[in-house]
Amino acid sequence: MSEIFVVVEHRNGEIREITYQLLWKADELCRKGSHTLTAVVLCGEKENFISEINDRADRVILFEDERIKNFNGDLYKELLVRLIQEHKPILTLIGHTPWGMDYAPSISIKTGYPLATDCVDVIFENGRPKVVRQIYAGKIFSRVAFKDSEGYLITVRSGAFSIDKAGEHKGEVIKKDIPPDLPTARREFVAFEDAGAGAIDITQADLLVSIGRGVGEADKVPAMQELANLMGGVLSCSRPVVDKNWLPKYHQVGTSGKSVKPKVYLAFGISGAFQHVAGISGAGCVIAVNKDKKAPIFRVADFGVVDDLFKVAEALKAKLA
Amino acid sequence: MEIIVCVKRVPLTQEVDLEINPQKTDIRRDMLAYSINEWDNYAVEEAIVLKEKHGGNVVAVTVGTEEDEEVLRRSLAMGADKAIRVDPGNLLPDSFGIAKILAQVIRGMPHDVVLTGVQADDLNEGSVGTMLAELLDLAHAAVVTGVTAEGEEATVRVELEGGVEEVSRIKLPALLCIQTGINEPRYVSIMGIRKAAKKELNVVKIEDLSLSRNDLSPMTTVEELFLPPETEGAQFLEGDPATVAEEILRILKEKGVKK
Ligand SMILES: Cc1cc2nc3c(=O)[nH]c(=O)nc-3n(C[C@H](O)[C@H](O)[C@H](O)COP(=O)(O)OP(=O)(O)OC[C@H]3O[C@@H](n4cnc5c(N)ncnc54)[C@H](O)[C@@H]3O)c2cc1C
Ligand SMILES: Nc1ncnc2c1ncn2[C@@H]1O[C@H](COP(=O)(O)O)[C@@H](O)[C@H]1O
Repeated sequence: MSEIFVVVEHRNGEIREITYQLLWKADELCRKGSHTLTAVVLCGEKENFISEINDRADRVILFEDERIKNFNGDLYKELLVRLIQEHKPILTLIGHTPWGMDYAPSISIKTGYPLATDCVDVIFENGRPKVVRQIYAGKIFSRVAFKDSEGYLITVRSGAFSIDKAGEHKGEVIKKDIPPDLPTARREFVAFEDAGAGAIDITQADLLVSIGRGVGEADKVPAMQELANLMGGVLSCSRPVVDKNWLPKYHQVGTSGKSVKPKVYLAFGISGAFQHVAGISGAGCVIAVNKDKKAPIFRVADFGVVDDLFKVAEALKAKLA
Repeated sequence: MEIIVCVKRVPLTQEVDLEINPQKTDIRRDMLAYSINEWDNYAVEEAIVLKEKHGGNVVAVTVGTEEDEEVLRRSLAMGADKAIRVDPGNLLPDSFGIAKILAQVIRGMPHDVVLTGVQADDLNEGSVGTMLAELLDLAHAAVVTGVTAEGEEATVRVELEGGVEEVSRIKLPALLCIQTGINEPRYVSIMGIRKAAKKELNVVKIEDLSLSRNDLSPMTTVEELFLPPETEGAQFLEGDPATVAEEILRILKEKGVKK
């Protein structure tokens, strides 16, 4: 019997949803393998996260210090490596978020525990975890095994697991002291900034006409804007369209853009990478137009059209004109 | 400023029906076209921009076969000064092994900034960069969308969720994992690539890096690749564009989207 660690992610005083997903999966694994569940919280003083977590874990280990009020990769690494070396948890679950991506690989190097990233499932076989990942932007699935180790590290894709109802545990809270020899961080937090605000609010639209890299070039964007206008919808897009400066950031849908909830989401030339589709889980109906029948977007769409997007766009315009 | 940028050649998989090899450990690669990993293209551009601003040198490094030199030549054409390819021979390192190899090469070279992509567009692991930082004992930042270097420090923007960015100060030398959209990668012409052929491209054999078997033994192994389950998915609208358009407008009406 051993522990499963879940590292709690929070920002601006709020627990992030990924944390509950990790706790849900960890709880399931604990029940099957008779492990115990330890939630690890690194936060500022008196942040009061405990009541939201301890009914979902057997134990909460708490580090409180103003130096870790905001996420700090250097300090997370130091504290977690020591804690892992002390407790030797069989498994440590971390969110595959920009912050998880920042420190999970460091911990793997420091502890020697093998790491699998961006996993969509975790199973135990003969006492050892295995994971399922999606590769080639979701076109292929991969089952991955670890080399033998005392413990294993896994980062989990957000949205891979459901969110728990309130749990039935009553986790004891163990407050840990910050070690006096904690090094000074080489990177220091300055501020959060909102890069996503702008003239148009795509989160309020009933109909989004959304374009991806498939539109090919900047010159084609006005024609799609025109279609959106004719249809009475708002134009949105995937990340490459913003990266290439074809549209401003506030049009972007996805994990690093906006989460949207239109009645209908009409996706033109978008492949359906998880960072994109994570933003449309609230859409009432998804219609995808893509030349590639195997594009992953068709797995989340309600309706699909396998065709050149411009042919479909022109036909729609002709009907509406 | 001495800058090192790590680049990888990846297969282009859009609009291709990917097949799995008989051993189920890899995709069939014979018919695929390749290109520089999208994230690395932005990383190379960022390296050149930093060099143009602060002076110094840019060295592009890849771990790969002779065919992968294509991405090094492309980096040289964009403005890198020198390129290094580490030939892994018949080893197939996982991301941990790649990080170990890169660390061994970079350790022996001056470096103020090491750049990688956030992730490679093949296995989408997003772990080589931060592992490499740890092996080199460098400060680091993942998912970087902005860099301004001033003396011994840099201000970096890190992208979080929902359009939020985190601004932080980082000590140099540092490793930064570069996110797409950070800059506008310059255009590379065939002529440019030809001209860059004169620049230095060194090949290092893995045997010469004094890495042990243990260093390179993979931490993870692919047991089996499989195609996504076909159970769920879209209902396909068939017919010519006019028929499809008709259907789409009918669905909009049904879903209560007012025009
Ligand atoms: C940390 C991180 C955060 C990210 N955040 C986001 C995010 O918030 N939002 C987001 O969108 N992405 C995000 N991404 C990027 C994401 O991983 C994908 O790279 C991106 O979503 C791909 O965009 P796309 O589908 O437009 O382009 P591609 O994947 O290149 O797909 C283009 C599609 O167009 C099709 N196509 C081409 N021509 C035509 C045509 N004429 N007619 C019809 N179809 C055509 C192709 O078959 C292909 O399926 C993020 C990545 C990372 C690492
Ligand atoms: N074989 C390789 N050679 C050089 N750099 C690599 C290699 N594999 C990965 N990288 C770097 O590590 C980054 C992240 O890749 P990954 O962790 O594989 O998703 C890439 O964007 C590259 O900068």
